[in-house]
Amino acid sequence: MEELANLFHGFAVALQPYNIMLMVIGITLGVLIGVLPGLGGANGVAILLPLTFSMPPTSAIIMLSCIYWGALFGGAITSILFNIPGEPWSVATTFDGYPMAQQGKPGEALTAAFTSSFVGALFAVVMITLVAPLVAGFALRFGPAEKFAVYFLAFCSFVGLSKEPPFKTIAAMMIGFALAAVGLDSITGQLRLTFGITELLNGFDFLIAVIGLFGIGEILLTMEEGLAFRGGKASINLRVVLQTWRELPAYWMTSLRSCLIGCWMGVTPAGATPASFMSYGIAKRLARRGNNFGKGEIEGVIAPETAAHAAGTAALLPMLSLGVPGSPTAAVLLGGLLIWGLQPGPMLFVEQKEFVWGLIASMYLGNLVGLIVVLTCVPIFAAILRVPFGIIAPLILVLCAIGAYSVHNSTFDVMLMLVFGVIGYLLKKCNYPLAPLVLAIVLGDKAEEAFRQSLLGSQGSLGVFFSNGLVSTIMALGLVALFWSAIQEGYSRLRTSMA
Amino acid sequence: MTERSRAESGPAHKTLEIGMGLLIGVFGLIVIFGSLKAGINWGPEGPRAGFFPFYIGAAIVAASAINVWNAQRDDDGRLFAEWGQLRQVMSVVVPTAIYVGTMPFIGLYVGSMLFIAWFMRWLGGYRWLTVAAVAVGMPVVTYLVFERWFLVPLPKGPLEEWLGL
Repeated sequence: MEELANLFHGFAVALQPYNIMLMVIGITLGVLIGVLPGLGGANGVAILLPLTFSMPPTSAIIMLSCIYWGALFGGAITSILFNIPGEPWSVATTFDGYPMAQQGKPGEALTAAFTSSFVGALFAVVMITLVAPLVAGFALRFGPAEKFAVYFLAFCSFVGLSKEPPFKTIAAMMIGFALAAVGLDSITGQLRLTFGITELLNGFDFLIAVIGLFGIGEILLTMEEGLAFRGGKASINLRVVLQTWRELPAYWMTSLRSCLIGCWMGVTPAGATPASFMSYGIAKRLARRGNNFGKGEIEGVIAPETAAHAAGTAALLPMLSLGVPGSPTAAVLLGGLLIWGLQPGPMLFVEQKEFVWGLIASMYLGNLVGLIVVLTCVPIFAAILRVPFGIIAPLILVLCAIGAYSVHNSTFDVMLMLVFGVIGYLLKKCNYPLAPLVLAIVLGDKAEEAFRQSLLGSQGSLGVFFSNGLVSTIMALGLVALFWSAIQEGYSRLRTSMA
Repeated sequence: MTERSRAESGPAHKTLEIGMGLLIGVFGLIVIFGSLKAGINWGPEGPRAGFFPFYIGAAIVAASAINVWNAQRDDDGRLFAEWGQLRQVMSVVVPTAIYVGTMPFIGLYVGSMLFIAWFMRWLGGYRWLTVAAVAVGMPVVTYLVFERWFLVPLPKGPLEEWLGL
């Protein structure tokens, strides 16, 4: 089996002392990012991306992906101890995690959360190892029409699956596409939408958008709520960990179900947040002690955490094999690939074997390292949380400014970041989703290129998107996803009228 | 009237929602205008540069029209935020704007020191000693990590030049 050999080679790369060190640094930074308000996974990775410009790509992606794992772990800490979800995907963890902490069982809740995260991630990584090469091999045969169809499917599933109103999702997404179009047109070499402003010649960099929308926007939202931490004490000792581990296998069914939900939601770009809610909801309905959910049931911690972590990890599968990221953070990582001079997509598996398998191997190791780091260092991270927001907020703002500046060494970008921040605050308040906006900025050029190339081949006929079985199937799936909420509504209406 | 007779008052959510929808619509129109300038028809090299963004702009205008229509239909009397909350938000936005606006002239380090100090002293109400420690410590750590360790240059102003950094 060639993949197995590649994977072992990947382990050899990931196990180099330098890479292990980056892994530990990445996880620690990631947990910090996950714990602090205003520094989410996507934004944290975006700020730290410039630090990796001088590193070899494999080491860089190992560190950045570990930041991502760390952020996934870190979100659980604040949810359980303080009832403050550090990340959107850990909102569902507060439902049962915080009551458990209040009942004097924070150690159990944290152990359950971390272990479930680990299990979810491991499940997703195994899936990536097995499935990614197949998908990539399959995708190598894609022409421009098929490529566009995949982008179409990705964006349509946003509209169908997000809980925000569909037209707001569409508006946000289209803003992203429009921003991506600004500047030099990659096919004709013509300038467009710059309106004579020289700073816009190179278009909008999505890293600036991510730092502004997620970082600054989040800080502004937090300021409005006037956040005051009421710190709980966290203590985890070996006895509690071992005792909780003994209990966990009883919930294998919930775990497995959550893994599957997570993987599915992660591969389609719905992402970790809906996955965690869905998994929690289903577990509540199916569990024997479902009525106790919300009062501190350990199963209510296992379900969302497993799904969120599985989804967060699975989001890297389409990024690696198709070049379509499954989440904003995966989009930032994809942007990183471009900066390091790698072309994301199926060719990676052919041309950059060491990079791909090094990354996949580092996912196994990174999550293991992550589990150890969070289990041993919870008290330290909880102590950082007790640093008041009045100190943390300006430091985060300065960090965001540094991150935005160092992308292109441009102070114009820093101002742009603030503009994006205010817009992000307003959009979020008005219930517009930000993830599709960011993804559209990242993928806009590529989607447009695929679209125009397919039209070129067909002399402008849209029939090219239904010209063969493969492309028609993907497009049809996309249309189903696009009208998913309408279909659901029609179906339920049909049922009530039948009854 | 947009204000409700409650203890807390503030702009109505509906007003902001409609305003946001209109703003996005205007953005869509700008995109359409820009695309028309770039050319939306077919040239010798296939679809011209404005071809794709033109439809994107049209989609933005259409989507925001529906959003505005939806927003003005349901009036649940929710507030967007209280005035006090908005004041809090502005108390971060304004100094941050000054901070990023002056960055090309005084550099990042001095700006950061002043910004952190201002934030901690006026919004956080910390003792001057704490303020000074964080406001000086953070830029120094930043300098060591970014410029020395990772070799990422950050904007500098007259002070750094004078110090010869």
